[in-house]
Amino acid sequence: MIADRREALVGRVLLVVLMAVTVLPFVSLFVTALHPSGTYPSGLAWPDHPQWSNFADAFRAANMGKLLLSSTLIVLGVVPAALLLGTMAGFAFGHLRMPGHRAGFLLFVLGLTLPFEGIITPLYYQVRDMGLLNTRWAIILPLIGLFMPFSVLWMRAHFVTMPDDLSEAARIDGARTWQLFWRVHVPLARPAISSLAILLFLWTWNQFLLAIVLVDDSTKRTMAGALGAFQGQWGTDIPLLCAGALLILTPTLAVFVVFQRRFVAALLQGSIKG
Amino acid sequence: MEPTTIGRRRVRGARRRRAAWLGWLFAAPALLMYATFVLRPLLLTVQYSFYDWNGVTASTWVGLDNYRQLLTDPDLFASIVHAFELIVFFSLLPVVLGLVIAATIRGIATSRLALVARTVLFLPQVIPLVAAGIMWSWLLSSTGLANELFSAVGLDSVTRAWLGDFDTALPAVGVIGAWVLVGLCTLLLLAGMSKIDPALYEAARMDGAGALREFFAITLPGLRQEIGVCVTVTVIAALASFDIVYIATQGGPGNSTMVPGLEIYYLAFSEREVGMASALAVALVILVLVCVLPIQRLTRDGSR
Repeated sequence: MIADRREALVGRVLLVVLMAVTVLPFVSLFVTALHPSGTYPSGLAWPDHPQWSNFADAFRAANMGKLLLSSTLIVLGVVPAALLLGTMAGFAFGHLRMPGHRAGFLLFVLGLTLPFEGIITPLYYQVRDMGLLNTRWAIILPLIGLFMPFSVLWMRAHFVTMPDDLSEAARIDGARTWQLFWRVHVPLARPAISSLAILLFLWTWNQFLLAIVLVDDSTKRTMAGALGAFQGQWGTDIPLLCAGALLILTPTLAVFVVFQRRFVAALLQGSIKG
Repeated sequence: MEPTTIGRRRVRGARRRRAAWLGWLFAAPALLMYATFVLRPLLLTVQYSFYDWNGVTASTWVGLDNYRQLLTDPDLFASIVHAFELIVFFSLLPVVLGLVIAATIRGIATSRLALVARTVLFLPQVIPLVAAGIMWSWLLSSTGLANELFSAVGLDSVTRAWLGDFDTALPAVGVIGAWVLVGLCTLLLLAGMSKIDPALYEAARMDGAGALREFFAITLPGLRQEIGVCVTVTVIAALASFDIVYIATQGGPGNSTMVPGLEIYYLAFSEREVGMASALAVALVILVLVCVLPIQRLTRDGSR
């Protein structure tokens, strides 16, 4: 018992230390953002006169209003489409299991470990030839394709667990396959779909490589891509850079805090299945 | 009996045929997007890698020359070596730390503190890697918090601009990656531990096993699959690293933190050596597969 209690104490201390290490960079970012613009503050010193106006300056300098709109448009272009296509294909491979479904599924699995850098060069020329360079479509369309392996795998894993009788019963009622899919299976798959939606939202919002290669205008990029441009432009003004970085972090953090439980569950499952 | 079975079989056969084209119809949109934006570029990468091309004028076939250069050019080869060095920080460190931490806090995994920790430890996973890069470039700069902490404990001699020093830049980048991944690994391993039968631990205690024996006899074997997942995710993150390096060091100082992902970006889009960039891309894709497939096999076979 005493040993147990001592172990619990060690565990608590370790956990607090780990949390401190995780949070410290955020705190440092915040404190630095409050220092007068253009200075080189040291460490965690609290400024004599906190410059809250830095956030407003960074908001203007980073063009945050436009960035938020741009990222939202990209997410709206990617996530619903990827969810629909992934769910349909997952349904085909996991439930309809037509001849050749194994080979088809394997083709998607192949793409699961593919680093985006592996295809970025031809993708640039392809997107250019399609006339989409410097538009949001340059990020949206390739991302839908790149998310397919994971989405299909994720949704198939759900549909494989659904009992076959479900379809038999619905077919006797005369429901056609599409209605069966749309009216019976999609509603039942809602938990799997919403977890996938969270993951895809996060990966789209934070996408960096595609944004910097395929879109020059930072106001048409994702948040992460815009942050890269912001660093290039204001990299020497540390407090302003920190304020900008914090502003760009805020939307994801807000969404994370609101959907915390779903997020953690989705991310844990996501890495297991991935 | 017989007619019904035959009848059923016939119905099933017809249904299967209908299901065949229907099934492929359902899979078609996903396949189309995947083929257009992933498979086609992937095949083109392989094709480009056999050419010398600046992206504008006509290309010339050079066979395996790009690959030969990849193995002989010290700068290019160094980027691959760096990627493997990053595995130590991105994979080994988070997985080992994660195991130690998870094993230590297993007893309090359901406490309120642990619930708060679940949220806090996930923060680095949620933010863009670019933001992590910016935060840490500042922390590790010459006037940053890291140096202030070292000075506070009397280690003034080690203070430096960690990301600007030839000897420490790569490990410093590694530390950023470790910070991002250690929380994820801890939580994944902790979730795995909660699935291990508590009776096993009780039995071990009865037999007088210490914490260390317990860890090696019960925890470690029970976590085989979760460890496999952690290693897979983190090894891919190390080999394909781009965002953090791009923000924190841009590959410098000199070439000391150049990684394949960044090198591909520079070769393709600033130096206009599309063929060479593609050869490196092919090498990267193959390296990831060569590293990840054995891990999958090692950790999954036992459970199947």
